[in-house]
Amino acid sequence: MIPAIGLLVGVVVGLLLHPTVPLWLQPYLPIAVIAALDAVFGGVRAILDGIFVDKVFVVSFLSNVVVAAFIVLLGDQLGVGSQLSTGVVVVLGIRIFSNVAAIRRHLFKA
Amino acid sequence: MPLRAARPPGDASGPPGPEEPRDVTWRRLRRMFTARATRANVLAAILTLALGFAIATQIQQNQEVELSTLRQDELVRVLADVNQRAARLDQQARELEGQRNELQSGADRAQAATEQAQARLDRLAVLAGTVQATGPGIRVTISDPNGGIRASALLDVLQELRDAGAEVVQFGTVRIVAGSFFADAGTSVTVDGQSLTRPFVVLAIGDPQTLASAMNIPGGIVDSVKRVGAAARVDQLGTVNIDALHTPKTPRYAQAVPEPSTAPTPR
Repeated sequence: MIPAIGLLVGVVVGLLLHPTVPLWLQPYLPIAVIAALDAVFGGVRAILDGIFVDKVFVVSFLSNVVVAAFIVLLGDQLGVGSQLSTGVVVVLGIRIFSNVAAIRRHLFKA
Repeated sequence: MPLRAARPPGDASGPPGPEEPRDVTWRRLRRMFTARATRANVLAAILTLALGFAIATQIQQNQEVELSTLRQDELVRVLADVNQRAARLDQQARELEGQRNELQSGADRAQAATEQAQARLDRLAVLAGTVQATGPGIRVTISDPNGGIRASALLDVLQELRDAGAEVVQFGTVRIVAGSFFADAGTSVTVDGQSLTRPFVVLAIGDPQTLASAMNIPGGIVDSVKRVGAAARVDQLGTVNIDALHTPKTPRYAQAVPEPSTAPTPR
């Protein structure tokens, strides 16, 4: 419950404050957002599976974000930043899709 | 669903089987939604708050500044596009400037031509006697009490004046032009068909001194009118106003031959 409220509050605050993304963060923020979304959907699925653990969610969330940012950073250093970003987005997208599919089956049995 | 029977409860790797009642799922969800302020839960809330903030920020960033999110090669392409466009606009500006200069010089030329034409018109109008003229000159007054002055004598006056460089001449009220003629009509003299009244007054524009001396030379006009019993007086004037006009007639027989078009127009 609290994390869901946190998400809503975060969106509202972001819309109201209208912040500017610092330059050094700009390549990593979109990927980090995708990775965090993956963690969130994974957490929801775990709730429905009955295996949700708060600590696991926090750790997976942070590690997802850090690893995604690190991959993009590495890609930029290697000169394949855009390709690697695309790859990360694809992988995370597949994971989000599968998590959403599991959630859907739990909730609607379909 | 091949794993339906073998799936142990709580396994996240497969879809739930039909033996798991629907209520369980919703109960789990409900239980999760009852707020439990454990430390990890609060931490998760902070993380999701950050996530929401990041999502909103990123969306706005993406909508606002497109350039700053582009990668290097894309930026290079955009820069090349902009450069190309700038070059094109530059060229356009140059073309338009050239056009403007052309039009301006054309207008200047047209104005110069107009001024030239006007000057020429003035010159020709003075010659043709269709405008009034003013300038330094002389006045010759010939008093002829005996009526001894004939047309030939007045013609001599005109000849002498022209010889001395008179530019515009008026006899009485008649403007003298290229086609003017003198004729005797009884005791009087006519110019261009109009009879002159005595005393004859002749106005001429030109160098006053030259004109006067041409009148006064020995054996000249002054002398010759004296021989027929008349007297001529010559006045040098700073300003002679010649107000008599000549109405030109359209020639019936003569036709102008157009100038060859290859001839350069006088500038």
